[in-house]
Amino acid sequence: MTPRKLPMRNILRHPGRTASLTVLVAFLALSLFSGSVIVMSLMSGLRSLENRLGADLIVVPATSRGKIDPEKIYLQGTTGYYYMSASKLDEVRAMEGVVQASGQVFLASLRADCCSMPIQVIGFDPATDFTIRPWIGERMKTDLGKMEVAAGSRVNAGVNETIRIYGQPCLVAARLDESGTGLDTAVYCTMETMAELLSAAREMNHELKIDGDPAGVVSAIYVKTHPGEADRLAGEIRQTRSPKVTVIQTRTVTSDVERSLGGVSHTIAVLIICVWLLDLVLLTAAFLLLGGERRREFAVLRSLGMSRRDLAYLALKEAALISFFGGMNGIFLGLLILLPFSGLIEQALGLPYLRPGWPTMLALCAASLAAVCAAGPGAALLSARKLSRADIGTIMREGT
Amino acid sequence: MSLLDIRNVSKIYGELKALDNVSIRVDQGEWVAIMGPSGSGKSTMMNIIGCMDKPTKGQVFLDGIDIAKESSRRLTDIRRDKIGLIFQQFHMVNYLTAVENVMVSQYYHSMPDEAEALEALERVGVRERARHLPSQLSGGEQQRVCVARALINHPELILADEPTGNLDETNENIVLDLFRQLHREGTTLIVVTHDPEVAEAAQRTIVLEHGRLVREVVNEHFVE
Ligand SMILES: Nc1ncnc2c1ncn2[C@@H]1O[C@H](COP(=O)(O)OP(=O)(O)O)[C@@H](O)[C@H]1O
Ligand SMILES: [Mg+2]
Repeated sequence: MTPRKLPMRNILRHPGRTASLTVLVAFLALSLFSGSVIVMSLMSGLRSLENRLGADLIVVPATSRGKIDPEKIYLQGTTGYYYMSASKLDEVRAMEGVVQASGQVFLASLRADCCSMPIQVIGFDPATDFTIRPWIGERMKTDLGKMEVAAGSRVNAGVNETIRIYGQPCLVAARLDESGTGLDTAVYCTMETMAELLSAAREMNHELKIDGDPAGVVSAIYVKTHPGEADRLAGEIRQTRSPKVTVIQTRTVTSDVERSLGGVSHTIAVLIICVWLLDLVLLTAAFLLLGGERRREFAVLRSLGMSRRDLAYLALKEAALISFFGGMNGIFLGLLILLPFSGLIEQALGLPYLRPGWPTMLALCAASLAAVCAAGPGAALLSARKLSRADIGTIMREGT
Repeated sequence: MSLLDIRNVSKIYGELKALDNVSIRVDQGEWVAIMGPSGSGKSTMMNIIGCMDKPTKGQVFLDGIDIAKESSRRLTDIRRDKIGLIFQQFHMVNYLTAVENVMVSQYYHSMPDEAEALEALERVGVRERARHLPSQLSGGEQQRVCVARALINHPELILADEPTGNLDETNENIVLDLFRQLHREGTTLIVVTHDPEVAEAAQRTIVLEHGRLVREVVNEHFVE
């Protein structure tokens, strides 16, 4: 028995007190940790989205069954069935102020053998594309061949596996990095492959109405403009007829998102600070109250020759043990909630959500633990300071 | 030379003179009782001698060192090295067993030694209660553990403030017998008490009233 063991002994012999302090600390760690992970995830979600979709304008048919929320296409990658003639692409490409224009074709498979939910198939033109290729390029050196697809991170198919889309076998040539959006549930192929799939789809699904040659349609046109020309061009494209189109200006969407992201981050940050302060106050109060209860214990130890420094050490070690244990629990709980439910959180927030990589996650764990471990022992030290000043003689004489 | 030489000590709390110009000498190996009505300054005196409090005025030489002048850190060292304390309220550390309470005291003095701690409990008659927590011990047993804890480091001076105040007659006698043994071994004892019987066990009784030393009685019935 040495005083080095006193803190642990005290902790174990007072299970009720220990449990409530641990819960308090765990709650603090949980809120700090999960709050910062969510904020970071939202930020990296938006950043990745901006990087991936470097388009200034997105043009879709105005009659696209009236069900498209333009923001959703952009933010969550929700596509659907809607097609217009590829001549629209040529028309847009020829406009003044357009740097680059590239078409994409969307197809939703009702059921694919790889997936529980319908997957999106997105066809793009490697020759002109500037939104998807850079992303695929990170994972795949050669270009996609005919009947080859690149699979989003949430599509359940490995490289070199074959998946069937409307009965057509497609080889998974690459798997993509996570983007934190609905784009992760899509597979990507060239226009050539897409034409095959569209033909197959048209035969199996009579709802799907494509006029003319499946190789001659696009669902959306991605446009990169000269700087400052986006507004004017958007207006000009809106004027065009046959078909009429909807033009999404990504800057507007992005700044909207940034605004609501800023709002969400701000709210979370304020909450984190409030929770931290509240916890600090509660912890200090708890340690001071405990200190009162423990006046006698400390006085006894001091009367036996314990120095003030020993007393501070005792209080610190106890608080550190509780903080560390509670903090670890809180963070563990945070991981348990955050890891499996990323998808749900993304849906609930309606914003792109991309969980930071493991190095960042570990850093956040460490930072939350450090913040928690600073609060507890800080509070304990405060009460120890007060107690070590107390007059031992008086306490011992009072017998309380 | 006296082990303890208190010269013109006063302790003043605002208007109140808890101790008023008191001088006392206690020789090495002597057994002294301090009596007096409640509030007469007995505990104040014990706390000053026990290095837990400092006098407002005067000098207190313990083994030739004026403890009225020492820093609180040095006072902690002196208390640890030379003094064993026993209180009316027992004051055990409530989450440590009897033997652990004794060992904490060993630790601050030198080194914990469980065998020696158990021997000390044997000596005060609670060896079989060594693994019990204070809440599982009777008052008499707790006080005996406290006596064991006070004597474990062989202090030169044992200070006991109303050590039998909360004990029944049987336990009071056990504690007094322990004091007799300690006295025979050469330990200096200062015992504050209300109880004339306890005072009579000592060699000399000092009486305080209103913080002043009013009387000193040498106990003629003292049996060595
Ligand atoms: N910390 C203190 N502050 C103010 N007065 C005190 C303090 N400690 C003791 N006293 C007063 O000093 C006097 C002596 O107290 P004490 O030494 O405890 O008496 P005794 O032990 O003889 O009963 C009492 O009147 C008591 O109220
Ligand atoms: Mg008293």
